[in-house]
Amino acid sequence: MTLQATCRESGGVAVVDFSGKITLGEGSSILRRTVRDLVEQGHRKILLNLSDVDYIDSSGIGELVTAFTMVRNVKGELKLLQLTKRVHDILQITRLFTVFDVQSEEDVALRSFH
Amino acid sequence: MMATAQRIEVTLETRLESVDLAESIVMRVAKASGFDDEDVHKIGMAVREGVINAYNYGNQQDRQKKILLTVELDPEKMVVRVLDEGKGFELAEVPDPLCEENLLRTSGRGLFLMRAFMDEFTVQRGPAGGAEVVMVKSLPRAISDDGRHQQE
Repeated sequence: MTLQATCRESGGVAVVDFSGKITLGEGSSILRRTVRDLVEQGHRKILLNLSDVDYIDSSGIGELVTAFTMVRNVKGELKLLQLTKRVHDILQITRLFTVFDVQSEEDVALRSFH
Repeated sequence: MMATAQRIEVTLETRLESVDLAESIVMRVAKASGFDDEDVHKIGMAVREGVINAYNYGNQQDRQKKILLTVELDPEKMVVRVLDEGKGFELAEVPDPLCEENLLRTSGRGLFLMRAFMDEFTVQRGPAGGAEVVMVKSLPRAISDDGRHQQE
């Protein structure tokens, strides 16, 4: 299944619900395009809901890092919400848990933005 | 237990679709060999990263070049080889993605994931000069309950 992205806004935060795989090719491109579009629209608080993403490869990880730095470069914040076990494990072994703010509850995540 | 070694060899085009194809082929072989779902996932992902490496960095997405995928099964282990037609590289020269200064790099984690998901991992020079990634996973029945390899 390719990646699907649905954007919504909640409490001034742009929330993107992703579903599918973030892998080399279409999945990575959709992630990049979605975050870039939000930044270009002026959003500076972005929450990526990955609760329905059960697979990510090194290309997808690279896109998450690209998204993180893209938002940080415009003085914004990008956070991750509800990782599946496999995505959680990948971020853990690659030490990216030390980079990303990962939240497990959406209401808590929304309140955590400055 | 299998009495003899078995070997599967697939020549892949340097195309994006080959990444999914290679992953799918090796996952089927792994499943049929008795690996559990988690190990099948890890083996598939390691192969995926190997073919991505060959596609992107080895063959530089050059469609004239091929990627050779080989799976060998013997009674104790599964050996997967991914050979490209690139210039090859030295593993020691690849930056460590876990170093603080490399954490925000957008690439360079594929080799690390292959190493993390397989029992053995090496990169060697192929016969024609490309890079050959060699990954080994011990078969579940070749591992005893305490995690050590059984003596045949």
